[in-house]
Amino acid sequence: MASNEEILAGLAEIVNEETGLAPESVEMDKSFTDDLDIDSISMMTIVVNAEEKFGVRIPDEEVKNLKTVGDAVEFIAKSQS
Amino acid sequence: MTTPTLNQSPLQENTRIHGLGICRPEVIVTNEDICQWIDSSDEWIRQRTGIVTRHRADKDTSVIDMAEAAARAALEDAGIEASQLGAVLVSTVTHPYATPSAAAQLADRLGATPAPAYDISAACAGYCYGIAQADALVHAGTADYVLVVGVEKLSDFIDNTERTISFLLGDGAGAVIIGPSDSPGIGPSVWGSDGSKHESIRMTHSLLDVRDLSLAALAEGPEALSSAAESAIWPTMLQDGPTVFRWAVWEMAKVAQQALDAAGIRAEDLVAFVPHQANIRIIDEMVKQLGLPEHVAVARDIVDAGNTSAASIPLAMHRLLAENPGLSGGLALQIGFGAGLVFGAQVVVLP
Repeated sequence: MASNEEILAGLAEIVNEETGLAPESVEMDKSFTDDLDIDSISMMTIVVNAEEKFGVRIPDEEVKNLKTVGDAVEFIAKSQS
Repeated sequence: MTTPTLNQSPLQENTRIHGLGICRPEVIVTNEDICQWIDSSDEWIRQRTGIVTRHRADKDTSVIDMAEAAARAALEDAGIEASQLGAVLVSTVTHPYATPSAAAQLADRLGATPAPAYDISAACAGYCYGIAQADALVHAGTADYVLVVGVEKLSDFIDNTERTISFLLGDGAGAVIIGPSDSPGIGPSVWGSDGSKHESIRMTHSLLDVRDLSLAALAEGPEALSSAAESAIWPTMLQDGPTVFRWAVWEMAKVAQQALDAAGIRAEDLVAFVPHQANIRIIDEMVKQLGLPEHVAVARDIVDAGNTSAASIPLAMHRLLAENPGLSGGLALQIGFGAGLVFGAQVVVLP
């Protein structure tokens, strides 16, 4: 099981791969849409890659609740426990 | 008394595509045109969909008109007469009559009567469903040559102010002739459906709602509509884009791989990949998921044609062959997926 810091680092790597954003700009309080300018299609790619990386399932209905990077980190951490 | 042995149709071992024809309607709708109707920009549309223009049919051009143009071109390309057709299949979801079918009228116009004729309702998988059917009919000895047309006039079923799907859609037709072959030309079809996701791509409301709304509007005036329909009497398309994207890429990449495996083909054996032209980002992500090598030509007709549902694969295949004639005779992986949800995939020898 990964710590929140490890999940954040992994997620930042996935976001970087999809969008080219610097990993350090992916911070807990950042909004995927408003701050990082990630569209709904890129979000789905990030979600699927996160599922694979962290071995969790993130249903479509859940994706719209993941507004900030912190929401995603918490959801992944909860799913792993 | 002994029961006499009956005749069964002799089986036909191999099938292939004998000819391909298309119809691209002439009205060009640009992203600038789209931006009159939705708050968007050329850059936004290109970045999210890859689409620069779509072809749309004018008011007087019907689904059957476009199907006829594509079918005549396919017959000519195959070098066969309409009278040789053993079946006429039309895949469409935009022929504006529940009955009679577009296929029966198309067969009559072509001079294929009394060939059996029927429509297939499988949206963006319609062309691959048609190939699955035609392949089976020829294989089983039920028909010699089968015409398969994928045709849509989606512009009749869109709301220009709607933001989930309308701006993607175009019109057109593509047709192929499937018939017997000396060598294998169509791999096994991997096709299926998942109706539990029927709401992810759908019409706003049903024909029965149209009836009730029209009657209410006639009786009480237009204000009767506001509660029942969100915007209009006429039903139009909607989709849940992110859900469809996820399904289209990660589930359909598995189906595409199954079609390769069923055909006994590896990705490096392909010369072309012709997926349904839904969104360039679906296409690009599928290419990545499938690990297609560089030498495989990838159809990206969507840039100019938009998403034409059942017509997109033959339109894209035609363009690929026109631009790269050397691909002819090589192996192509084709996959359609869409409203239903439904999907179908095959490896085919390019005509």
